Amino acid sequence: MKHTLILLTALMAQPVLAQDTSPQALIEQYSAAAGAAASPENGQALFMATHSGGKPDTPSCTTCHSADPTKGGQARTGKPIDPLSPTANPERFTDTKFVEKWFGRNCNSVLGRDCSAQEKADIIAWLVSL
Amino acid sequence: MKLSLAATLALVAAPVLASEGEYMPPVTHDATKAECSECHMAYPAGFLPQRSWTAIMTTLDDHFGENATLDEVSRAEIEAYLVQNAADAGGRSSGLLYRVSPDETPLRISEMPWFRSEHDGEVSSRRLQKAGSMSNCAACHRGADRGIFED
Repeated sequence: MKHTLILLTALMAQPVLAQDTSPQALIEQYSAAAGAAASPENGQALFMATHSGGKPDTPSCTTCHSADPTKGGQARTGKPIDPLSPTANPERFTDTKFVEKWFGRNCNSVLGRDCSAQEKADIIAWLVSL
Repeated sequence: MKLSLAATLALVAAPVLASEGEYMPPVTHDATKAECSECHMAYPAGFLPQRSWTAIMTTLDDHFGENATLDEVSRAEIEAYLVQNAADAGGRSSGLLYRVSPDETPLRISEMPWFRSEHDGEVSSRRLQKAGSMSNCAACHRGADRGIFED
């Protein structure tokens, strides 16, 4: 009973995802918008790099997501962040609105600008390859 | 009935300095609960005055060093909920606004004088490290999500 409760609480703590898309569908969509195939290598480079255009507390994607996206990260508040790679966390990249909201926020926090469709395709392509 | 409700609200809004059995009504608004709990717990609206929530909800592009922007419909709805349930909503006076002058707009709950007097010297560096930051209420207050902030 106690375990069920803990499980339920853990489930309720997760955002409710629409499940209206998939990592593959998003890669295709973003690549089509960019007019070029996705590059996992470029995605990895962008993800791992230290940038200077964004906010000083978040110079890299790895600041919060850690350098291993198959493992969890940690927000600056101390709150754990679930793994970003769909290999480790099948819920990732299954909700268009959620994906767009977080690309919008985090690209601006880290880079100081929106990510291009190409960059989004590259990052997801790298994350699914892990 | 209306009066006794107001009296009850006033009581629950100002218990923190009064006793160690602290209770603050948790967020009940769905969008606020969902959106404001992605990086930290959804802090109860009663912890800050109206002007603070307005300031926070109109500067989400730099939310304590991060971009936390929302679509305008959600943003406005959440701001309205927080303002309606703020420490000083409806002209209420709250013990939580102790030593906050009317021309100050506190942005961090952890910098409110009541918070500091409750926490300064109470949290060991080991506990703080484990919690990650002072924004992680539930690391020490297990009932924080239910509005219970006992020691």
